[in-house]
Amino acid sequence: MINLVVTIGQRCMFVCQMIGRSGVFLSQILGWGSGFKAPVSRVIKQVYQIGVLSLPIILVSGVFVGMVLALQGYSILSSYGSQEAVGQMVALSLLREFGPVVSALLFVGRAGSALTAEIGLMKTTEQLSAMEIMGVDPLKRVFSPRLWAGVISLPLLAALFSLLGIYGGAFVAVNILGVYEGSYWANMQGSVLFYDDVIKGLIKALVFAFVTTWIALFHGWNAKPTSDGISRATTATVVQGALAVLGLDFILTAVMLGGF
Amino acid sequence: MHKRSLELGVGAFVIMSIIALLLLALNVSGLRYQSDADIYHLYARFENLSGLSERAKVSLSGVTIGRVVEIKLDTQDYVAVVKMAIKKGIPLSLDTSASVLTSGLLGEKYIGLSVGADEETLLSGDVIEDTQSAIVLEELIGQFLFSRSSD
Repeated sequence: MINLVVTIGQRCMFVCQMIGRSGVFLSQILGWGSGFKAPVSRVIKQVYQIGVLSLPIILVSGVFVGMVLALQGYSILSSYGSQEAVGQMVALSLLREFGPVVSALLFVGRAGSALTAEIGLMKTTEQLSAMEIMGVDPLKRVFSPRLWAGVISLPLLAALFSLLGIYGGAFVAVNILGVYEGSYWANMQGSVLFYDDVIKGLIKALVFAFVTTWIALFHGWNAKPTSDGISRATTATVVQGALAVLGLDFILTAVMLGGF
Repeated sequence: MHKRSLELGVGAFVIMSIIALLLLALNVSGLRYQSDADIYHLYARFENLSGLSERAKVSLSGVTIGRVVEIKLDTQDYVAVVKMAIKKGIPLSLDTSASVLTSGLLGEKYIGLSVGADEETLLSGDVIEDTQSAIVLEELIGQFLFSRSSD
């Protein structure tokens, strides 16, 4: 009985410790107190690694999600005789939810896991210690550019995801299901608001980008320097990243819709 | 040379995303630049709006010519005062009437205007006198039942 309480206590202490460590880690990456210093050329290289190389999966998923939304929306809306509203439904669900959330989940799987594994291996092969010995701060050289690259990339990816989804939906609705093209776009334009839907969706994506990149970098940095440690850290990145995205999505949506 | 192709990739990615954002703004949300110089405001007083909301359409002959900007309650007469932004260049006669309509059976509420025959036109800040409130389905059903039972 005492052992159980001790175990629970240990777990809680461990979680608190992790949260504290990751907070300190984040403040060091952001360079609070010493000023923001991430070399632009390194950020560009990481935008390529994180953003450009994620494009194929994001674009293809965007098109398919949009097409499925159009099919599903059509089958429900046509039973009310309002299949013209399918454009509005596709656009709003993509811009508000699917765009930011699905691209963030794909981003965690595609870029977050790669970041953790890369940094974990750097730690295992003692590249990070070597940098420190040479007087190079790995936080600025390795971590900071990756964090900023993630924050830049994901909102852009989410915008592309939503746009391609809307065009994919238009293709299915207009060319396959026979919705009149004019009403598809007109219904959409009549109901989608630039600030309330487009910008708020991108703000969501920005928050997801920050949190998921932070989680990925922290787990890489915190990984045990063994092959087992790296695999655990990568798993933790994907699981915690996905949970963080979905949990934050609920909170952000509640705040943005003003339900609370 | 590898660095150059990398920068090219990033540049193309960023430009593509900005184009996507512009398309989302212009094509999907139908955002149009509208300054105060392009619109003028009209007011209309309704007894019952029945779910008309801000940003609802204002249409004339089925063509959208403006939006509802603000809805207030006049606490003296207890009527709703609707402020509408109408595109400049669409003169409306002084005896224009406004009514709260519904698009389709279950669609959103909007304001329909119909122009009268007066030579003079409404100016910015004017109030449309001739208004018709929204039809409330429950009241209609109530009236129908009442007239049936009195027969």
